[in-house]
Amino acid sequence: MSAAQWRRAMRSGPGAQALPLAPVAPAALPAPAPARLDWLAALRRTVRPHHLAVLVFVLVFPFVATPFITFQVAAQSLVLGLIALSLTFLGGYGGMVSLAQMTVAGIAGYALAVLGTSSSGADIAMRWPWWVAVPFALAIATLCATLIGWLSVRTEGIYTIMITLAIGVAFYYLVLQNYSVFNGFQGLREIYPPKVLGVAWRDPVPFYFLCLACAMAGYFLVRWVVRAPFGIALQGIRDNPRRMEALGYHVVAHRVAAYALAGLLAAVGGVLLVWYNGLITPGSVSISWLINILVVAVLGGMRHPMGAFLGAIVFVLLQTFAIDLIDRERFNLLIGGVFFAIVLFSPDGLLGLWAALRSRLGSRPGMTSNQRRQP
Amino acid sequence: MNVNKRLWVRSMLGAAALAALVGGAWAQQGQPVKIGLLATLEGPFAAGGADGMRGAELAVKQRGGTVAGRKIEIIKASSDAKPDVAVNATRKLVEQDKVDIMVGPLSGGEGIAVKDYSKTQPQVTFINGASGAQATTLDNPSPNFFRFNTEGAQWMIGLGKAAMAKGYKRVMVIAEDYAFPYSQVQGFMTEYCRAGGKVPEKAWVPLGGKDYSSVIAKIPKDVDALLVVLGGADAVNFLTQYENAGGDKPMLGGSITVSQDVLNYKGKRRESLVGTLSAGPLADAYDGADWKAFVADYQKTYPVSAGGFPSPSLFAYVYYVNMKAALDGLEAVKGDLSGNQAKYREALSKMTLKTPNGDVKLDANRQAIGTTFVTEVVKDDKGNLFNKVHSKIDNVDQLLGMKKEEFKIGSRDVPACP
Repeated sequence: MSAAQWRRAMRSGPGAQALPLAPVAPAALPAPAPARLDWLAALRRTVRPHHLAVLVFVLVFPFVATPFITFQVAAQSLVLGLIALSLTFLGGYGGMVSLAQMTVAGIAGYALAVLGTSSSGADIAMRWPWWVAVPFALAIATLCATLIGWLSVRTEGIYTIMITLAIGVAFYYLVLQNYSVFNGFQGLREIYPPKVLGVAWRDPVPFYFLCLACAMAGYFLVRWVVRAPFGIALQGIRDNPRRMEALGYHVVAHRVAAYALAGLLAAVGGVLLVWYNGLITPGSVSISWLINILVVAVLGGMRHPMGAFLGAIVFVLLQTFAIDLIDRERFNLLIGGVFFAIVLFSPDGLLGLWAALRSRLGSRPGMTSNQRRQP
Repeated sequence: MNVNKRLWVRSMLGAAALAALVGGAWAQQGQPVKIGLLATLEGPFAAGGADGMRGAELAVKQRGGTVAGRKIEIIKASSDAKPDVAVNATRKLVEQDKVDIMVGPLSGGEGIAVKDYSKTQPQVTFINGASGAQATTLDNPSPNFFRFNTEGAQWMIGLGKAAMAKGYKRVMVIAEDYAFPYSQVQGFMTEYCRAGGKVPEKAWVPLGGKDYSSVIAKIPKDVDALLVVLGGADAVNFLTQYENAGGDKPMLGGSITVSQDVLNYKGKRRESLVGTLSAGPLADAYDGADWKAFVADYQKTYPVSAGGFPSPSLFAYVYYVNMKAALDGLEAVKGDLSGNQAKYREALSKMTLKTPNGDVKLDANRQAIGTTFVTEVVKDDKGNLFNKVHSKIDNVDQLLGMKKEEFKIGSRDVPACP
C-alpha cells in the first residue's frame, strides 16, 4: 500500500474506530443530512451508561463536597492530571517518555507571571491584561515544547529521558539563579485568575469547573487525535519507525508535532497550576516535580488517557491525607509503599488493575486500547 | 392556618437558633482548642523542622496540655520548604481540620506565601513558625498574621559596631545569593556603614556552591576582615579553600555560619577562628536564668538518646517562642476565641511576651521587637572552641532604627557603602 492509500484508509470515517484497517467503500460517502443522523447514531453507540454516570458525578461533585475537597483535592488532581496527560500522550502513543513536561508547564506559568500581573520584590511583571498574557504564555510554552521535541527526537528510549531531564534541570537552575526575569529563589507570587463575567474564578467551585473544562477538553482532544490520521501515524511510528519512514512518512516531523501538541496540554495545565498555587517558584519545576509527573502517569496507567487523571487523584489524596493515617515522620513511607505496591502488582498502573478485575469477573473483556505494548 | 403554620415554623427555627447559639458559646469553654503546627519534615530543613516541632511541643507540655480549662489539640502537617507545598499543607489544616490557630511555617519563602493565604482566612489566627523573610511583615502585611520572632536583619544588629570596635574599617562580604543572606548583610551593613565602615566588594555565591576560588581571587588586599554569610557545609568549604590559598584575613560570621561544624574545623586556620564575631537571636553560652531553665527543660524532655539535639537549635527556640505566644495569648483571654478571635488578636498585639532571652513586643505590623546576641569564638581550657556572649542588644526593631520612608528591603545592591 502506498502512503497516499494508507492515509486515505486512515481518514475513512467512524468505521476506523473499531477496525482501523477496514477498507471503506466509496459509496459510503454520505449526503449532508444523513451525515448528521449518522453522527448521532455514532454518538449513541459510543456513549455508554457509565460515561453518563461519570459526567453526572463530576458535575454534581462540587456541590456535595466541601470547598476544601473541591479545591485542593479535585481541582489539583485535574490540573496535575492534565499535565500527566501530556506525558501519557507522548509516552503511550508516541513512545517518547519526556521528563520535561513539568518544565513546559513551568515555562507557561513563568511566562504568565512575568507577562501578566504578579508581585515580587523587584518590579518584574509587565502587567498585561490576562486575555493577552494567557495566549502568549501558551504560545511561548508550546514553542519551547516544540524546540525541546526537536532536540530530543533524535534520541531513543533512555536517551530521550536523559536529554529531557537535562533540559528540565537546566531550566530549574536558570530560574533559580536568574534574578532579573525570574526573581530567583523566591519566584513570583500573587498570580490569580481574573474576574470574568462577574465570577471570581479562584473560588473553589468556579475554579473546579474551569479545571474540569480544560481537563475534559484535553482528554477528548487526545481521544480524538489518537484516532485521527496523525495519531494513527504516530502510533505506527512508535511501533516501527523504519517501516513508517519507508512508507513515506516524515518521522521527525510527526514526533515534533506530537511534542508540540503535548506541550500545549502541559501549558494549559501550567497556567492552571500557577492560578491554583497563586505563585510560581523554582520549586515548582524542580527535579522532584519532573519525576512526580512521571509517577502520576505511571500510577494511573499509560494505556488510556483516563489513567493520567486516576493517577493524579491517588497521588493528591496520598499527598494530602497520608500524614493523618500514619505518624508524622513516617508518612512518606506510606506514599512510597502505595506507589510501590501498585506498580509491583500491576505494571499498567490502576488501569491495569481495573482491567484485571474486569477480566476476573468475566462479564466483558477488560478495558483495552488500540495500542501495542511498547517494544 | 397557613399563617399559623408559618409562625410555628419560625418560632421553632428561632428556638433552634437560640439553642445553637447558647450551646455553642457554652460548649466553646469546654472544647479543645485546635492548633495547626506546620514545619518542614521533608527536604533540606528536615532536621531543623523536626527540632522546631520539638520546641513547639515543649511549650504545650510546659502548660500541661491545657490553657484556661481548654485542652490543646495539636494537628501537625509537613512541607519541604517550598511555598506551594506549605500553602497546600496550611490549607488542609485550616479548611479540612478546621484549626483555630495556625503555627508555622519554617522558611522565608513559605512564610510569605502563608501570609498571602492568611488574608483569605480571616477567622483563623496565623502565628509564624521560624520563617524570617523581611517582606512577610513589611510588604503588604496581613491583619491576622503575627510573628513573635525577630528576622534575619534584626539578628545582625550589634555586629557592625563590634567589628568597628575591633578596628575593622573595610570589610568584604561573601554571602549566598538569596533572601535570607540579603537580610543578614543588610542588618550588618546598616549599622556598620552608619559607624563609618566601608564595604568595597560583595560576592554573591550560589547556595550549595563548591568552588570559591574565583571569589577568593577577588578579595582586595586592603580589606581588614571578611563577612561570611554561608550555611554549614558551604562555610567549611570556603574556609578550607581560603586556607589553601594562603588567606589570613579575620572573619565575621552570619547567624548560621559559625555553627558547630565550623567550630569543629580541624585545619591549620583553626587558631585564627578565635576572635570571630557573629550575631544571632540566641547564644548557647548565655547565662540568663530563663535561658538556662529553657535549655535544661529541653534537654530533659528530649534527651540526645531520644533524638534531641545537645542544645536546642535556632528552630526549636523560635518555634517554642511562637507557640508560647499563642498559648499565653489564649491564657490572657481565658480561652475565649469568640467574635472572630477579635479579643485574642487584641491580646496578642498588646502582649509583652516573656521569652528565655528577654521580653518581646510586637510593632504595628505584628512583627517582634526583641533581643540579639553578638558572640565571639573563644577557646576553653581543653582547647575546644565555643561561642561566648560578647554583648546583648535589646529592643531591636524591624526597621533597624530607620524611618519607614527611608527603609528599603535588603537586596544585592541595598544597602551600599563602597
